[in-house]
Amino acid sequence: MQIVFKNLSLCLLLTIAGLATNAAAQPHKDSDKELNLYSARHYQTDEALYGDFTKKTGIKINRIEADDNALAERLKSEGANSPADVILMVDAARLWRAQIDGFFKPIHSKYLESRIPANLRAKPDPEGTTWFGFSTRARLVVYNKAKVNPQDVDTYEKLAEPINKGKVCTRSGAHPYMLSLIGAMIERRGEAATEEWAKGMVANMARPPRGGDTDQIKAVASGECGVALTNSYYLVRLLRSTKPEDQALVSKIGFVWPNQQTTGAHINIAGGGVAKNAPHALAATQFLEYLASDSAQEYFANGNNEWPAVKSVKIDNEGLKMLGTFKAENISVASIGKNQIAAQRLLDRVAYK
Amino acid sequence: MNRIAALLALLLFLPLFGLAMPFLFPGVEGSALLAIDTISHLGNFVLGGYVISTLILIIGVGLGVFILGVGNAWIIASYEFPGKKIFEWALILPLAVPTYVTAYLFVDLLQFSGPIQSTLRTMLGAESLWFFPDPRSLGGAIWAFSFCLFPYVYLITRTAFLERSGRLIEVSETLGYSHLQALTKLVLPMARPAIFAGMALALMEVLADFGAVSYFGVQTFATGIFKAWLSFGDRLAAIQLALGLLSFVLLIFFFEQHSRSQLRYASSSESRLTPKILSGGSRFFAFTFCGLTLLFGFLMPAAALLQLLYKQGLSIDIRYFSWLGNSLFAAAGTALLSVVLALFFAYAVRLSPRLAWVNRLLGFGYALPGAVLAIGVLSFLETFQLAWWISSSILVLVYAYVVRFLSSSLQSVETGLSRITPSMDGSAALLGLSKIQILRKVHVPLLKRSLITAGLFVFVDVMKELPATLLLRPFNFDTLAVATYQLAADERLAELALPSLTIVLVGLFPVLLLSRVISKS
Repeated sequence: MQIVFKNLSLCLLLTIAGLATNAAAQPHKDSDKELNLYSARHYQTDEALYGDFTKKTGIKINRIEADDNALAERLKSEGANSPADVILMVDAARLWRAQIDGFFKPIHSKYLESRIPANLRAKPDPEGTTWFGFSTRARLVVYNKAKVNPQDVDTYEKLAEPINKGKVCTRSGAHPYMLSLIGAMIERRGEAATEEWAKGMVANMARPPRGGDTDQIKAVASGECGVALTNSYYLVRLLRSTKPEDQALVSKIGFVWPNQQTTGAHINIAGGGVAKNAPHALAATQFLEYLASDSAQEYFANGNNEWPAVKSVKIDNEGLKMLGTFKAENISVASIGKNQIAAQRLLDRVAYK
Repeated sequence: MNRIAALLALLLFLPLFGLAMPFLFPGVEGSALLAIDTISHLGNFVLGGYVISTLILIIGVGLGVFILGVGNAWIIASYEFPGKKIFEWALILPLAVPTYVTAYLFVDLLQFSGPIQSTLRTMLGAESLWFFPDPRSLGGAIWAFSFCLFPYVYLITRTAFLERSGRLIEVSETLGYSHLQALTKLVLPMARPAIFAGMALALMEVLADFGAVSYFGVQTFATGIFKAWLSFGDRLAAIQLALGLLSFVLLIFFFEQHSRSQLRYASSSESRLTPKILSGGSRFFAFTFCGLTLLFGFLMPAAALLQLLYKQGLSIDIRYFSWLGNSLFAAAGTALLSVVLALFFAYAVRLSPRLAWVNRLLGFGYALPGAVLAIGVLSFLETFQLAWWISSSILVLVYAYVVRFLSSSLQSVETGLSRITPSMDGSAALLGLSKIQILRKVHVPLLKRSLITAGLFVFVDVMKELPATLLLRPFNFDTLAVATYQLAADERLAELALPSLTIVLVGLFPVLLLSRVISKS
């Protein structure tokens, strides 16, 4: 039994030693060959993107991937000692929130300013710009071809009209994608009109809001819902899929670009900036500029089914091409963030789950 | 030793101080002491509904784990029928499947657009099946949670039945009770503390859960906490709601502790129940009951994962092996550390019963939802400007695991230690053994099983743990659970088959070992 104890204590020692080495091996030292990335993106295709950056610059990327909120919570707690260099987030409202919370360091980059359109980045001030959008997704309407006439669902507003009673599906209103859509609507139409709209949506639901975006598309294809809202990124993934069951899904649905005669389709961005106390600030700016380069922008489009923020980049993605061109909402993404709390409150008031 | 124990216990209690931090130093988190704005809005519009659905959920799951846990424990403990030898250990297997994985699979399989409903609709030529229950509902959540969590009740109740019911039932039968009467009038009331203890564990898991619940589209009190935190960006309101939830959990917790304390008074006489050999209808019933439990609790989720994997093809993500390595490393390290700490605390209390409060305090960790625990750790580190440490070391994460899971290993070690009565020490001393020799020759052999059980429980729990891992892990440290979650968040259900199947498989070995340890006990 002595042996058991000896072994046990040896194991323990080894474990602690292991933990300590792990700690020692972790990055925190200043070196120009490293970059600490806090990212809310977690796509397998991003591996190639980061690998490409490392190959080009020799800078190794250390990553923490979590959702926007977990990242924000960590950044807040870490304060001035945060090892973060670059913060990437996947929702406009979150980026705005991160800016308000003071997570970003404003930077001046002629390259970024020339590449990223003005409505897809934070408002510049004399100190610089805090964050840049690198890719966009749109919130569009999918409908069941057998059940719904596309003319009846070609605006966000029409979804809330009596003609679509019992047909509408969305994901939970508390999800950032929905909150940003509604935040944008508040900006365009005011809070009272948006609340009326949300009331109409609740009255038209085919089922309580639930599931993810792919679930909405599946529900439309199966006929459970007549019409649903979905993020383009998930739709394109299905359109490109070679799996027979995905193709069967796609054959049953149609999509419309909403609000093309009026304000344009709602778009959201993935973007980021340099962290306020970045230990490797130079590498951080270099990384952001890399994200705006042609090769990185092509990754977003071809690898991950997002629209590149840089307009001149060539897209080689059948799925994205199938969606065609569209008129996008021209609202500063910053204003969407500002309305987020109002959006959640009005959804709660009308019992939008 | 007393001081060290008290100090260590307080160290493990720090996250709770972290939660209280905004109240102790209101300036840190904002000027208001109470997040009235957010909370009154939630209270006016949604909180009532959340509370009701939470209550229905825990009552439903409570009932579910009672029926499945006690039912199976009773059948296994008191009857002999074909397949019993397998069911005896196999019924623990659902412990290896994380609840969030069950949720994904359950919904995917049974929803309107899923394979079962679609096939049925085509067969019947109907547009919708009015009779088909919606998996994304309170009922669905209750069903899935019950099948995931019943082993807690099964494990503990079965032991109670085995240990105590033998002679009692024989005596009651000679006095004219039927087997069923013996069950309802004698055995159940006597096993009540054990049953409550198991149910409390299961219900604490339910209350602490957010991922699975939200996947079911059910809005519970946890939804309120996350809404305050995420939609309103109001951490203070979230913490206050979490403390509200905690006070409720505390009730269950004290109930559980109380039940356990009663458990100890029961004598563990060696008389074992001789299982009755079943025949005919009752044999069929026993087999079906256990069989269906195993089918829904384990075989179906496992088969669904295998089928997903088959459809996906075995394309291994290059990151897979690092996920596996990290998971094993974290789980094994935490398990080892927890066992050593549990041993230390258990002995500390044995030597000085005044310290009993320390172990009660430590038990609280299990009642802390992982996300709340993580916020507590963050808040604490934030106050002392140490939060950057998280990024540079895995120690913070292991610390959080230990805080959360130490209690389960402590329970196991304490139970083991309570079997070694002081009189045994006395006899050993009379026979001339020194204190160290007593420890080595008497205690260690008797404790071995409890120590293994303690370590295995923690190992399996850490493999599955998600929210604290998401918030507190260092750079480049993804685990299988994290990978599974992120693939699900990105709606790539097919791809999560491999990581989640690995969680199940890796969890299976300890669970099987555990069941061997237990069936020998």
